[in-house]
Amino acid sequence: MGKARPRAARRPAPRAPAGARGSAARANPNPFEVKVNRQKFQILGRKARHDVGLPGVARARAIRKRTQTLLKEYKDRDKSNVFTDKRFGEYNSNISPEEKMMKRFALEQQRHHEKKSIYNLNEDEELTHYGQSLADIEKHNDIVDSDSDAEEQGTLSAELTAAHFGGRGLLHKKTSQQEGEEGGKPKSRKELIEELIAKSKQEKRERQAQREDALELTEKLDQDWKEIQTLLSHKTPKSEKREKKENPKPDAYDKMVRELGFEMKARPSNRRKPEEELAKEEQGRLRKLEAERLQRMLGKEDESVKKPKHMSADDLNDGFVLDKDDRRLLSYKDGKMNVEEGVHKELSRETGSHGNNEEESEEESGHPDSHSDLGPSAESGEEDEQPQREQGQTPGKRLRSDQHTPEAARAELPYIFAAPESYEELRSVLSGRSMEEQLLVVERIQKCNHPSLAVGNKEKLEKLFGFLLEYVGDLATSDPPDLKVIDKLVVQLYNLCQMFPESASSSMQFVLRDAMHEMEEMIETKGRAAFPGLDVLIYLKIVGLLFPTSDFRHPVVTPALMCLSQLLTKCPVLSLQDVVKGLFVCCLFLECVALSHRFIPEVINFLLGILYIATPNKQSQGSTLVHPFRALGKNSELLLVSDAEDVATWQRGSLPLHWASGPRAPTAAEANHTRLSCLAVCLALLRHCTVIYGTLPSFHAVTRPLQALLTQHLTDRSHPHELQELFQSTLAEMENQKQLYRPLLCEKSKPVPLKLFTPRLVKVLEFGRKQGSSKEEQERKRLIHKHKREFKGAVREIRKDNQFLARMQLSEIMERDAERKRRVKQLFNSLATQEGEWKALKRKKFKK
Amino acid sequence: MEAEAGGTERGRARDPRRALGRLVQAVLCSRGEANAVFDVLAALQSEDQEEIQEAVRACSRLFGALLERGELFVGQLPSEDMVMAGSQGAMRKYKVWMRHRYCSCCNRLGELLVHPTFQVKELALGTLMKFVQLEGAHPLEQPKWEGHYLFPRTLFRVVVGGLLSPTDDQSLLLSQFREYLEFDDVRYHTMQAASDAVAQVTNQQPEARPLQPPLTFWNNAFTLLCAVSLPLQEQDLSTFYVKHVELLDKWKVTHLREHRKVFQTMWLSFLKHKLPLSLYKKVLLVMHDSILPHLAQPTLMIDFLTSACDVGGAISLLALNGLFILIHKHNLVRTVEGAPGPAQGWRRLRWWFLEPWPTPVWPCSPREHPDFYRKLYGLLDPSIFHVKYRARFFHLADLFLSSSHLPAYLVAAFAKRLSRLALTAPPEALLMVLPFICNLLRRHPACRVLVHRPQGPELDSDPYDPEEEDPAQSRALESCLWELQTLQRHYHPEVSKAASVINQALSVPEVSIAPLLELTAYEVFEQDLKKKGPEPVPLEFIPAQGLLGRRDDLCAQFFTLS
Repeated sequence: MGKARPRAARRPAPRAPAGARGSAARANPNPFEVKVNRQKFQILGRKARHDVGLPGVARARAIRKRTQTLLKEYKDRDKSNVFTDKRFGEYNSNISPEEKMMKRFALEQQRHHEKKSIYNLNEDEELTHYGQSLADIEKHNDIVDSDSDAEEQGTLSAELTAAHFGGRGLLHKKTSQQEGEEGGKPKSRKELIEELIAKSKQEKRERQAQREDALELTEKLDQDWKEIQTLLSHKTPKSEKREKKENPKPDAYDKMVRELGFEMKARPSNRRKPEEELAKEEQGRLRKLEAERLQRMLGKEDESVKKPKHMSADDLNDGFVLDKDDRRLLSYKDGKMNVEEGVHKELSRETGSHGNNEEESEEESGHPDSHSDLGPSAESGEEDEQPQREQGQTPGKRLRSDQHTPEAARAELPYIFAAPESYEELRSVLSGRSMEEQLLVVERIQKCNHPSLAVGNKEKLEKLFGFLLEYVGDLATSDPPDLKVIDKLVVQLYNLCQMFPESASSSMQFVLRDAMHEMEEMIETKGRAAFPGLDVLIYLKIVGLLFPTSDFRHPVVTPALMCLSQLLTKCPVLSLQDVVKGLFVCCLFLECVALSHRFIPEVINFLLGILYIATPNKQSQGSTLVHPFRALGKNSELLLVSDAEDVATWQRGSLPLHWASGPRAPTAAEANHTRLSCLAVCLALLRHCTVIYGTLPSFHAVTRPLQALLTQHLTDRSHPHELQELFQSTLAEMENQKQLYRPLLCEKSKPVPLKLFTPRLVKVLEFGRKQGSSKEEQERKRLIHKHKREFKGAVREIRKDNQFLARMQLSEIMERDAERKRRVKQLFNSLATQEGEWKALKRKKFKK
Repeated sequence: MEAEAGGTERGRARDPRRALGRLVQAVLCSRGEANAVFDVLAALQSEDQEEIQEAVRACSRLFGALLERGELFVGQLPSEDMVMAGSQGAMRKYKVWMRHRYCSCCNRLGELLVHPTFQVKELALGTLMKFVQLEGAHPLEQPKWEGHYLFPRTLFRVVVGGLLSPTDDQSLLLSQFREYLEFDDVRYHTMQAASDAVAQVTNQQPEARPLQPPLTFWNNAFTLLCAVSLPLQEQDLSTFYVKHVELLDKWKVTHLREHRKVFQTMWLSFLKHKLPLSLYKKVLLVMHDSILPHLAQPTLMIDFLTSACDVGGAISLLALNGLFILIHKHNLVRTVEGAPGPAQGWRRLRWWFLEPWPTPVWPCSPREHPDFYRKLYGLLDPSIFHVKYRARFFHLADLFLSSSHLPAYLVAAFAKRLSRLALTAPPEALLMVLPFICNLLRRHPACRVLVHRPQGPELDSDPYDPEEEDPAQSRALESCLWELQTLQRHYHPEVSKAASVINQALSVPEVSIAPLLELTAYEVFEQDLKKKGPEPVPLEFIPAQGLLGRRDDLCAQFFTLS
């Protein structure tokens, strides 16, 4: 307490006298009061703060302060009554001073009001203007509404004056310095002034702005009121007047005005676009998508830019496609499902016209919606649909046009399908139906379970994708493979994939992992794998259809490529079927890089192998055959055709895919024809490779073994004419690829800048202290030192307080003693006089 | 007594164990019943495996007890008839007679080691080893001098002979036998017996058929030989199977040096024969860590290794590994120095491996160049990326090429050859071989011209000659690694990245290829699956129209659905 109190008391004290007294002392120091501390040596960089002192003045000030504070407290020590300030909000710092004043004012007014008797009618409310009493305005004109700087001049604060005009005493300055030290940041005078100016200006600006706002608002309110008045109230005289003025005009106009006034304003809608514009937009969209694709292909990841764009381009779950379908369904849904039935009845009556109708209704319901979206996503979604619709190639459309023929069968097809919960369910629904029906069923399942219809539908449809994939796999493995249905189902898969990219990609990944796992197991147990069934090949093909194959890295396509690579490297070619499968895999592989032109060693190896097994292997070429093929052995002449007749009858054609599955027992001639076809495909693929890879820097190193084999084939001359030509042209094309070997160069790395040795700056916090320690250490030392000094100062203060108090007590006692002595003296005096008088009286008696 | 014998006869049929037990008891109780031994031995010849097992157990008990009692003749065994006819004491006659029974029993047990059922084999082996132990403790030979080391060698040879059967696959039995090999004396004598057995079997039919003795014999021998493992440090060889009162220092069996000598003779006698190819591989696989360190003179292996070097493929590589260890650890140079021709080359090779010296430019002529690196270079063909021993190959190749003292032309040739081969490699191999090549370039700054040749002339063709077998003549240093540039366009993103490393100046620290060696395609596949792509999965924006795609797609061109 001893420490805190004197300081708190000390601080405000010097303010008042400093202005007057300090300046006087500085101007005319009494030479007897000044005490100069002589310095023995001049030390550079040391601030001499205590060279001159005024001990007498300081002591006097201290004593005065103590008498003002400590003594008062001492005197009041036994008194228990307290002075409390009951003014409103005096101790509440949350309320701003202005507010405080307002409240006080209000309270005062209230009190004032209450005091008046209710019967006193003369006492009227005060007249105000902008909340100020008019009387007051008249009195203090300049304070109330002054935009000029006069306000500031009128209320110059003590601080401001002090800052402006100096006028601080020596002593005061010292204390302010100390304060500065304590605050850590001594502010310069200039800063202080600037701060003050800025503060006052800001305050003024705020006040002004507030005032203007209020003005504006009231004005606006007034105007609005007037407007409404004219429209609504006929009773007020003003509006009546207007009415009279408008009377001559017809009533209809008035109505119109009101209608216009109250009618919801129709927003301008996007116009329907003509064909060319649509085409142009489509082109623009494709161009943008292509640009994105290119970026992904190069593997440049610019996520920040790409992400949002991509979102819009691809129409995710919440995107346009859903909304669109939603509308269509709504048009069906007017009376729930019976409407759909109605539609179908209509369908059976007149199919063609209905198609149009529906399309129109779709357009109608679809368009405003798409406009409300207004995003590129909406457009793109629209465009996605457009070409299909135009060509009439969506399965649904085709169905409808096909619908004349199997009339009876369709009548049996239910219109509502629950989404299958398991694969077996889907299978049971689909099995035994014709291709058209199957497609229709799948489409209806999608429609009935559209995500916008119920909460769980999204998951159901996501599952449907997986089931459909499984179904496709089943169709592919069945004998004979039902490739036509798959061909159509692919479109459905594509649409589902567009709706749910995440789940589609994960189920695709699952399928791929399954296939790879199977192969890996086979490799582990047997050391080699057999070519998988047609289903895996179909899956891989579907991956290529659903996802962009040209991306540098893609979560589905990259694993699929690994899978393809495994197929080509780990599966030995044991039969003609394997050759067909292998060639199909090669096709898939090359299709995947059709845009990106990436290099695939496996395909080259495989094609080399195919070429090799088409030659008689009597001569050892020592060629670079790679793994799945052997230079010598059982299958090393698999594609060799020796029958001249078959060679002559062969005709070039494409390979049917279903040859790849199921055991077949072809006749010898058929087998030979297949062999030649395979060879032809192989050559065509090689030509394709040549075109793609012609620009690779080591193209010739890659194709050297191929060229050797091709020349060998050419010399053979047992091939049919067409093949011979193919050989010739392929070889020629390979050899014609000109190549320049440019020496490789590393990219220049940026020159590393020289190390700059900046001087190490050590902040000198306190002279005479150790400099070597770290910043924290120095800070700590500084604080300790400061604490010590403060502590000493506090002790000194307390001691002085005690001395002062003792002095006071002593003087009190002395006073009291002196008083007593005086009284005693007085008493003795009176007693003496009494005694004297008595004695005198006695003497008189004796004399008498 | 006859009644009793008749009773036993019947009893055996009913309960062979009890009957045999009674017989054994009878023989052990009184010498008069000694003829019952014949019954027991007859049971050994039985067809029924149960009965055989009982008989083996009975024999074990009977002769074990007899050995302990010392009721068998000690010393050079005279022929039975002679003793019987002679007029020595009944006791001696009995002992000699019993010893003969013991011998026949042992021989029969040796035959049983190739019995078709495993239990019988196992039991026979256990019994024989028990006899070995007992016979060692109570030797049947007269010690020639004080502290003569005696071990039942003849009996033990029977055991080893049974184990190295030319007809049966004894791998299971050998794994049983492995536990006996923990004992130092058993191991020592096994090695001796095994080298004798191998020599004997090969000598039996000198040039009857080329691959006689058959494969099973070699397999058995190899399994046995592999099972023998010597301790690495010299220590007290004191774990003996046959208990001795005290171990004398002059016994050979107590010294590791002697063990090593025997070990060496055993392996040399084994390896000097023409082994089947599969065994070659197996031997070379264990060569570096379980054979070479234990040999008394490891350099004696050089003949074997150099011949293996010429076989080709994996075997060559493994042989190179062996040679490498010989050169590196066992200072091969000193032994080869005598020969005039290749000595210098070998010394240089060793210098490459060891000497701390700044990289010189060698005026290298092919004559003084040892074939080591040339052979390694010759091993590089497209198949190395597809074979099973790929990881091992590249591990070793990395080891061989790790010296920083190799001449630049050599390293350049290797780098160029590897990158040429990389053009045919699958992605999982590429992920390993690309860092490998980059490591080579890092180790040898002189080879960096392969990826960075400022002011080089433009060429019409690659100066590198892939057909050339000598790395020195391949002109690899004049070429550039255009193959890596090609692989930057590889379809797999990781491979493409790995190949793109050469675009920048190579960073100094090498990339460890150890974790990449065993990489399989399946692992790469799994990694690809796990890698998170951009959050909305990019989709194909061209709508699908059918399975085969549009008309101009490759699949649609060459394949039809029907």
